[in-house]
Amino acid sequence: MYKSWWKIASILLLIYTVVGGFLMKVPALPALQETIRNLYFHVCMWFAMMILFTVSVVNSIKYLRTFNLKYDIYARHYAAVGIVMGALGYATGAIWMTYTWADPNNPAFQSFSALAREPKLIGAAIALLIYFAYMVLRDSISDMDKRARISSVYNIFAYAMLFPSIWILPRVMDSLHPGREGNPALNTSDIDSSMRIIFYPAVIGWTLLGVWITTLKIRLHLLKEKQLLS
Amino acid sequence: MLLEVRQQYSFYGIILYIGATIFVLYMAIDEPEAKVWNGLFWVIQLFICINAVAKSFLQESKGRMLYFYSIASPGDFVLAKLLFNTVLMLAMSLLSLFLFSLFLGNPMQKIWQFTGLVLLGGWSLSLVFTFLAAIAAKAQQNAAIMAVLGFPIIIPQLLLLMRLSNAAFAPLLTIPISTVLLLVALDAMVILLAVILFPYLWKD
Repeated sequence: MYKSWWKIASILLLIYTVVGGFLMKVPALPALQETIRNLYFHVCMWFAMMILFTVSVVNSIKYLRTFNLKYDIYARHYAAVGIVMGALGYATGAIWMTYTWADPNNPAFQSFSALAREPKLIGAAIALLIYFAYMVLRDSISDMDKRARISSVYNIFAYAMLFPSIWILPRVMDSLHPGREGNPALNTSDIDSSMRIIFYPAVIGWTLLGVWITTLKIRLHLLKEKQLLS
Repeated sequence: MLLEVRQQYSFYGIILYIGATIFVLYMAIDEPEAKVWNGLFWVIQLFICINAVAKSFLQESKGRMLYFYSIASPGDFVLAKLLFNTVLMLAMSLLSLFLFSLFLGNPMQKIWQFTGLVLLGGWSLSLVFTFLAAIAAKAQQNAAIMAVLGFPIIIPQLLLLMRLSNAAFAPLLTIPISTVLLLVALDAMVILLAVILFPYLWKD
């Protein structure tokens, strides 16, 4: 295997994340307490998702510049793994929410719809829906070049519409979710410095893992294409 | 070029659609409160927009597209389409606003601001859906895929619009001007993206 250092780095970083994340000291905050350790998993999933979607869009732009089908396959698989990361982000978020928001004594949280009307959840839902639509659009076109071109255009357009709204919506709506003012988890006042030494490696580790999965999928896809052509 | 686009296939069809939908609503509920009124209004706007704008690309035959291709550059073509659909949608918005206030009561406190908002919203909707109609037409699909593609993209703008119009219903709240500017900026971005990306859809 060539250039395997980043895969090893990914594994090491993730081991460090899990071990350090569960064992190191965390600041005890009211209502959060030990659940704050979920930061190393939940927030990283969203970071990885955004990074993978961004890579996907870059590949779409590359495709439109060169018309090389390889980039379209890249874009598709980065988007797919981004969706997986987003789903995991929801799952970890739901676990976290069970312990912090779902307070039976608080009447505001009684129904699911009251909780779901949450700008971060809406934003994430929009992002996932857009990429589901991207997949549906891809599958609805049979011609290969046409599919690549049209879905690239949609990918760029949707991305350009999506990201402003993800950044804007939480700032205009009321929210329970932390990190409403400014960029969540990047603000220096948001998280304790003792957590940061695990958080940043965790982001890199999860993202590298996502990229690794994607490259495997891409190689499989390229091999299939080769078999079809020969 | 602009004149080319002004063939009104289904103008009366859309008017009838608006009338019929609002009449059904009128039969179903009478005099809803402001919040429900607002929600219903924007959902109806959304569907009117899909129906009105989808026609613009989906109905063009292949020969006609080839003809346009030979006489105009893609940038001009998409700008003409955007402009035409904007005008169409603005007219439709005003009409549906009029019918809504006629049949379902008029909870508006600030009529002029709300009319402005409706025009702005109609503009945003028509821009986004024009471009999506171009994509859907190239994918040779019906209007269903346009809804699938378009709804996630339009949700943020609709949310902003609904919040703004809630402010127009309450006498005490003022309409935040920054949100209005934000919507205008989003619209400008859609136009820019459409001009940049349309040439890639155009080639066949």
